[in-house]
Amino acid sequence: MNRTLSPLGKDLIGLEELSAEQIRSILDTAEPFKEISERRIKKVPVLRGKTIVNLFMEPSTRTRISFEFAEKRLSADTVNIAASGSSVQKGETLVDTARNLEAMRIDMVVIRHGSSGDARFLADRIPSNVINAGDGSHEHPTQALLDMLTIRDHRDSLEGLRVCIVGDILHSRVARSNIFGLLKLGAEVAVCGPMTLMPIGIDALGVRVFRRIEEAIEWADVLNVLRLQLERMKGGYVPSLREYNRYFGVTVPRLEKAPRDILVLHPGPMNRGVEIDSDVADGPHSVILQQVTNGVAIRMAVLYLLAGGAPERAEAAKKGEVA
Amino acid sequence: MSEQPILLRGGRVVDPEQKLDAVLDVLLAEGRVARVGEGIEAPEGTRVVDCAGLAVLPGLIDVHVHLREPGGERKETIASGARAAAAGGFTAVCAMPNTDPVIDSPATVGFVAAAGREAEAARVYPVGALSLGQKGEQLTEIGELVQAGAVAITDDGNPVMDSGLMRRALEYTRAFNIPVADHPEDVGLSQGGAMNEGLVSARLGIRGKPNASEDVHIVRELLLAELTGGHIHLQHVSTRHGVDAIRRAKDRGIRVTAEATPHHLLLTDEAVDGYRTDAKMNPPLRSAEDRAAVVAGLLDGTLDTLATDHAPHHYDEKEQAFEDAPFGIVGLETAVGLMLTHFVHDGKLELATLVERMSRAPARAFALPGGDLVEGGVADVTILDLEAAWEVDPSRFLSRSRNTPFTGWNLTGRPVRTIVGGRTVWAREEDGGAP
Repeated sequence: MNRTLSPLGKDLIGLEELSAEQIRSILDTAEPFKEISERRIKKVPVLRGKTIVNLFMEPSTRTRISFEFAEKRLSADTVNIAASGSSVQKGETLVDTARNLEAMRIDMVVIRHGSSGDARFLADRIPSNVINAGDGSHEHPTQALLDMLTIRDHRDSLEGLRVCIVGDILHSRVARSNIFGLLKLGAEVAVCGPMTLMPIGIDALGVRVFRRIEEAIEWADVLNVLRLQLERMKGGYVPSLREYNRYFGVTVPRLEKAPRDILVLHPGPMNRGVEIDSDVADGPHSVILQQVTNGVAIRMAVLYLLAGGAPERAEAAKKGEVA
Repeated sequence: MSEQPILLRGGRVVDPEQKLDAVLDVLLAEGRVARVGEGIEAPEGTRVVDCAGLAVLPGLIDVHVHLREPGGERKETIASGARAAAAGGFTAVCAMPNTDPVIDSPATVGFVAAAGREAEAARVYPVGALSLGQKGEQLTEIGELVQAGAVAITDDGNPVMDSGLMRRALEYTRAFNIPVADHPEDVGLSQGGAMNEGLVSARLGIRGKPNASEDVHIVRELLLAELTGGHIHLQHVSTRHGVDAIRRAKDRGIRVTAEATPHHLLLTDEAVDGYRTDAKMNPPLRSAEDRAAVVAGLLDGTLDTLATDHAPHHYDEKEQAFEDAPFGIVGLETAVGLMLTHFVHDGKLELATLVERMSRAPARAFALPGGDLVEGGVADVTILDLEAAWEVDPSRFLSRSRNTPFTGWNLTGRPVRTIVGGRTVWAREEDGGAP
């Protein structure tokens, strides 16, 4: 496997940079990898001998564990670095951290960072493959890919499907990646939330804007409900959680008025009773836990492809056959 | 300064004050302009400089630079900044007070002035802080600052949020005949923003500073200047509504002068794409519509002064993610080339009008010596080769910093000699003119 031959290029920074064909190829490659996590012995030799660093400069549980499982199930050697307790906290710059890792001859870096653009910044400065696990308010490509994979599991095609992203669009990297990815695969995309949490110029990205959740539910086939960060109250974006739930919460009475069978996604972690009610999260419309399961498969697919694997050889690679 | 007399022979002399644009000789003696005319005889001991094919201008003045000393010597010093200014064709600069410590006392104003004199390059005029520590609470001892050499006051870098304090500053400065220079920004509207709020920021996921954050303060300052009769100097205007408001205020006779920067004239927020920290400054690069309005403002004189907002930063600081990098770009050594190439050679602006914006208007706005080549005035002269082709290469800057978005730009026209007080303080080496 040769990194220069990766069908995705060297890095996965965002879905804005990928073609529809590349996005489809990641989703298709994830299909054969789903099965690994259902085995009794969850390990295949696809990335044997590869060294991967998970560099998490911002707290994350789900995404970090999902990447780590994907790496371990593909037999990579992994190291986790968190911001607290690392040299980052001692004032080392990101460039120096990256150069030091590179000096230890690693193959890939999975980075989570609080500043938009940091994944690209790192990728431009080291020869290793870089995977963006969320940079500031910019992109979170593997989250959007697993969202799309989950939608595709339940609907024939993304083409023409109406997906509405609900909540804090302004600060959300999940929203941006979903918007870029879904539009490329032919879906219709809308956003809904308080106008204080809506970036000016969002409609120029090609999305429809709903100011009321009832209108969004009437329009959509799929709702992707974002977490409301509790610190938004302090920023004065939203007066209270109670009011947010009352005007923008996804609730059973609201879903009952939907003209069609609606699918509900949430990237987690959820604030039950704020952006989503428990009886929706635990109810028949929800595919939230399936998103988590698919997350591991998507991350396996991305790791495999960036390591130079060919989409059509994924099945063979699982058996340890090297092209 | 008593120096060997210099005769600048046969250059194209452009002086808006005297409505001059002709091939003439200029004789400088005893730090003054001795004569401007045809076929001047060189007195004994005069150094004759052949200026055939060159433009001879009243010294260019940049009323808005950050020289970082004291406290930020890693980025720039007063000496390196004064040399960079001279190499950029500027004979004088006004140094902003947002240093560490802030220039808010007669002693610190005196320090900047003294360090500027020692540099023996471009003149360095200190600008004092408007409020103590630039905290926006209490006025500095403005009279004493002026006595020590301050030519204006400003809280540039920390916008004045208290409208009452701005009113008092505009009133109080009237006794001392200096402008209040203002960085117009309502930080309540811009806090957390790292670029222009618009389509590009929405796509990149970067918090934006809306035009309104600048417009609100521009309009406030104009109203307060009208109320008080004070002189407001609005720095680096970047918005279309801002330009409109200033145009109407000038029509009403309000005492306002205003700057345009080369970067707001030439770039838009598209330049940030790819998270380019060398395109990060405050106010940010804005939309194409705003850029067009700033250009129109410069052309019709609404924006009377060109200033660079030269803001050096060490490469370590710019070598960070976009949101973490500091605001600001260097400008002293690219301004002339950019303006000649993209305004004068393009036919948008007469050379005489550029001289008006870069020499006469800033000299008058800040009541500085120079701004013309009238006989008896200071012998501050900028000599340009209007036709020299060159490429912007930051590694050749005399500034300590390299943070420019114009790297690799091909430009036509640049300074060849800078004369301050009748003495050559900088000359381009390949033209054989070591100072």
